[in-house]
Amino acid sequence: MDAQGMPAARGIQAGIDRTPAQTASGTWLEHVHGWIITVDHKRLGIMYIVLGLVFLLVGGLEAMLIRIQLAVPHNTFVSPYTYNRLFTMHGTTMVFLVGMPLIFGFGNYLVPLMIGARDMAFPRLNAFSFWVAAFGGILLYYSFIGGNGLAGTGTAPDVAWFAYAPLTEKAFSPGHTVDYWAVSIFVSGIGSIGTAINILATVFCMRCKGMTLMRLPLLAWLYATVSFLVLVAVSPLTAAQAMLVIDRYLGGHFFDTQAGGSAILWAHFFWIFGHPEVYVLVLPAFAFANEIIPVFSRKAIFGYEAMVAASVGIGFISLGVWAHHMFTIGMTSFGNAFFTLSTMLVSIPTGIKTFNWLATIWGGKVRFETPMLFSIAFLFQWVLAGLTGIMLSVSAWNWQLHNSYFVVAHFHYVLVGAIVFMIFAAIYYWYPKMTGRMLDETLGKWHFWLMVLGFHMTFDVMHFPGLLGMPRQIYTYEPDRGWNTLNFIVSVGGFIQAIAILILVYNMVHSYFRGREAGPDPWDAWTLEWATPSPPPPYNFPVEPEVSSRRPLWDLKHPEDPDSAFE
Amino acid sequence: MPVVPHLAHTLSLSPQKGNRRSKARIVKVFAIHLQRKASMRIRLNSTRGLSRIIAACAVCGASHIVAASSPTSIFSSHASSASQLTNLSIFVLVIAALIFTGVASLLIYALLRFRRRPGDVNEPPQVFGSMQIELSWTIIPILIIVVLFLGTARVLFSVQDAPKPAGALNLVVIGHQFWWEFRYPDYNVVTANELHIPVANGKVPHPTFMKLTSADVMHSFWVPQLAGKTDVLPNRVNEMWMDPQQPGLYLGQCAQFCGPQHAKMLLRVYVDTEDEFKRWIAEQQKAQAEITPAGQAPLPQPNPGNQNPAAHIAPNSPATRGDVSSQSPAISSAISPQNGQLLFEQQACINCHTVAGTVANGRYGPDLTHLMSRTTIGAGAAENTPGNLNAWIADPNTFKPGTLMPAMHLSDRQNAQITSYLLTLK
Repeated sequence: MDAQGMPAARGIQAGIDRTPAQTASGTWLEHVHGWIITVDHKRLGIMYIVLGLVFLLVGGLEAMLIRIQLAVPHNTFVSPYTYNRLFTMHGTTMVFLVGMPLIFGFGNYLVPLMIGARDMAFPRLNAFSFWVAAFGGILLYYSFIGGNGLAGTGTAPDVAWFAYAPLTEKAFSPGHTVDYWAVSIFVSGIGSIGTAINILATVFCMRCKGMTLMRLPLLAWLYATVSFLVLVAVSPLTAAQAMLVIDRYLGGHFFDTQAGGSAILWAHFFWIFGHPEVYVLVLPAFAFANEIIPVFSRKAIFGYEAMVAASVGIGFISLGVWAHHMFTIGMTSFGNAFFTLSTMLVSIPTGIKTFNWLATIWGGKVRFETPMLFSIAFLFQWVLAGLTGIMLSVSAWNWQLHNSYFVVAHFHYVLVGAIVFMIFAAIYYWYPKMTGRMLDETLGKWHFWLMVLGFHMTFDVMHFPGLLGMPRQIYTYEPDRGWNTLNFIVSVGGFIQAIAILILVYNMVHSYFRGREAGPDPWDAWTLEWATPSPPPPYNFPVEPEVSSRRPLWDLKHPEDPDSAFE
Repeated sequence: MPVVPHLAHTLSLSPQKGNRRSKARIVKVFAIHLQRKASMRIRLNSTRGLSRIIAACAVCGASHIVAASSPTSIFSSHASSASQLTNLSIFVLVIAALIFTGVASLLIYALLRFRRRPGDVNEPPQVFGSMQIELSWTIIPILIIVVLFLGTARVLFSVQDAPKPAGALNLVVIGHQFWWEFRYPDYNVVTANELHIPVANGKVPHPTFMKLTSADVMHSFWVPQLAGKTDVLPNRVNEMWMDPQQPGLYLGQCAQFCGPQHAKMLLRVYVDTEDEFKRWIAEQQKAQAEITPAGQAPLPQPNPGNQNPAAHIAPNSPATRGDVSSQSPAISSAISPQNGQLLFEQQACINCHTVAGTVANGRYGPDLTHLMSRTTIGAGAAENTPGNLNAWIADPNTFKPGTLMPAMHLSDRQNAQITSYLLTLK
């Protein structure tokens, strides 16, 4: 037995909870009350995830209505007004009310457990952030019944999710559509900033004994990067919303072109948030892959230090690429060249990550369970999404591709093909930890294969209408442009994905009551969360654990060959 | 051996076999896996055959789709700037396809080769990384990026900073909510939605150099076969140029979301031969005549509604409605262009529309001076037929819900009269 392996083993063993499981007691109302007043990071994490999944269904429904409308040319299924509301709400919902809550949910749940802490650094701020974010979402959806009410299709925002000025000014958007949009994003932005501060403080101040920065699980590293990005990127967005409201109600002229304001100023403000935001969403997907791929390949992550450097590198570079959303807005040729180069640079750290995942699989013994299946699909789709990203960074070609369905296909490849797929992988992987029960593997395989089929039917095919000149955000199109068949296939694929997601919902509900008991460590994994019972008790660890390597549970399971001997 | 209750089963599953690891091990691992077993080779060959079929299908399918007769395909360019973009795009596509093929085949190979065999409970050798390998997959992408960037920069500067030749046609494009205004400052011609430009490769090169701005919100000018798109912003002037090489009709549309009818802000660009273009410009320069017989031309009476009622109406005097017939000279019920023009000039039409040579000089809507020279109305929303024109005047929302032109609630007869006038605007 290796002498250096012992402290790790002892530390964790002391951290194993031997107190008898508490049985739930109290009335139903007391339970609900308990969830509402909770400051426990695990309960808040689960509430974030449930919030995100509920809005995923809502945003998905909007996507289905959009696809019905676009299935055939000159369709009159919805009016142009309704259609514009649908895609605006779909985009806003998916980014702010699905993506952010889901990533923060997993972050909340996992970061303290993985670094051996008992809670986040600021538990009350955590609860505040959650409720503010939830309120932002409810406010946004109240717009459907507020104002003119349901009959007049409400006053839901209809200015596209990037809400370019001056369309959002009073002169062009009277009524309250833009107000709902600006205020709800302002509010949920405050929640995001709060959570970002919380995660940063937790990662840097709450690590257990022996958990040096170079022993942090990669997930915690990536969440630190994400939180840094949220802090830097969401602030300008929040400021821009304040300026927009000042324009609309206090006679400001920041973006009011009729009074000398600037439309480009808004574009800069929005995209200096908007592009880092893409990385805010995709880095957690990388984080999940960093945990899942090694466990199912039965190998340590390849090139840990390179992965850390690449993650932090992506964080920094992503702050300098925002104007690649504006290659057609009339920048100078030098400006276009600069943002071409800076955008292309992102592909270097992302390439390093991809190759490190490949090298992690290489020489391993891969188990094809549902979390790994989603991760494998993620790898292929991420490579393809990265390559279409490079195509879009070629500014001269971007003059053709910008605002076409090629762009829509590209960012859905990232958001669905990479992020949603990895969120599904994370759900299959950590659901046993959160609920104590396994998700059904057969339903999981059905979910996976239908999702893959639907995804590729929709988003592979969606590139082509873009190459054939179809702009985004149009409620209908002319039948003579050669887009008809393609759009029909895209719509069919969308419905297949919807069925797949309904299977997941059924699986989650069914397995909660009927699923196989998971036990504390169903995947034979190596990070600290698997050293706690499933679900973990409110205090996580009865005694603060002590670690001496990146994979404390590997050390425990292989005392003759611990990681700590090689660090 | 510490006893950990809930870890017991995992521990018993993993026999205590020493896993020596070293940073150099990865090299050996790669080497071992190059020696494939015969059975593996057969399986791989069959997969390769299958993947070849799939690849062939994909290529056929893709080329079929791209070559499909789409009038807006970015790959069938008919102007030199668009061709430069097309060539660049094919260069980038080829590099991307090579990268994808490489990475994807490595991945597929790794997943097939390194899958866990049934009954195998041993952990594989643990490898932590290798600096050489990390460096290799850092430097190779950097080289690829240098190539891509230089290729891009070359096209970028040559298209965006192209000098304006002496014979260039000047054009001003103004985006409006859901229609396009085109002004030819050299010829004093204004038209809407259907652009005519000369083919650029005549005796003297005639590229079209455009200045673009917007009257309201952001739009984007995009005719894929002629040039990349340029955004059209209020309070700012952007520039672009195109040099079409072949006469013909090129389609495009607004590419920046601009409100309810963004989808039907369509564009038609007619590329004419030089002679055709000269004829067209000469035709457009003609003004329209007041066709009402001289002497009977009704001067619009001052509209009392325009004035401050407090200045004219004594306090507490009963509200009186002006006699409608006293404001507008009697228009006979006959459906004729003359009556149509009278009506056109007495209704709100002229607040928004211009008919050069007449009192109609509104700027808010499209210039109608030569309406009948266009094939479509409503920025491509409908064909320009008498029936559609009549229906459009009755209620533009039937073609284009959300268009800013209101339904004027005229009688059917009045609509017919106005239509008959518009039909004379050749």
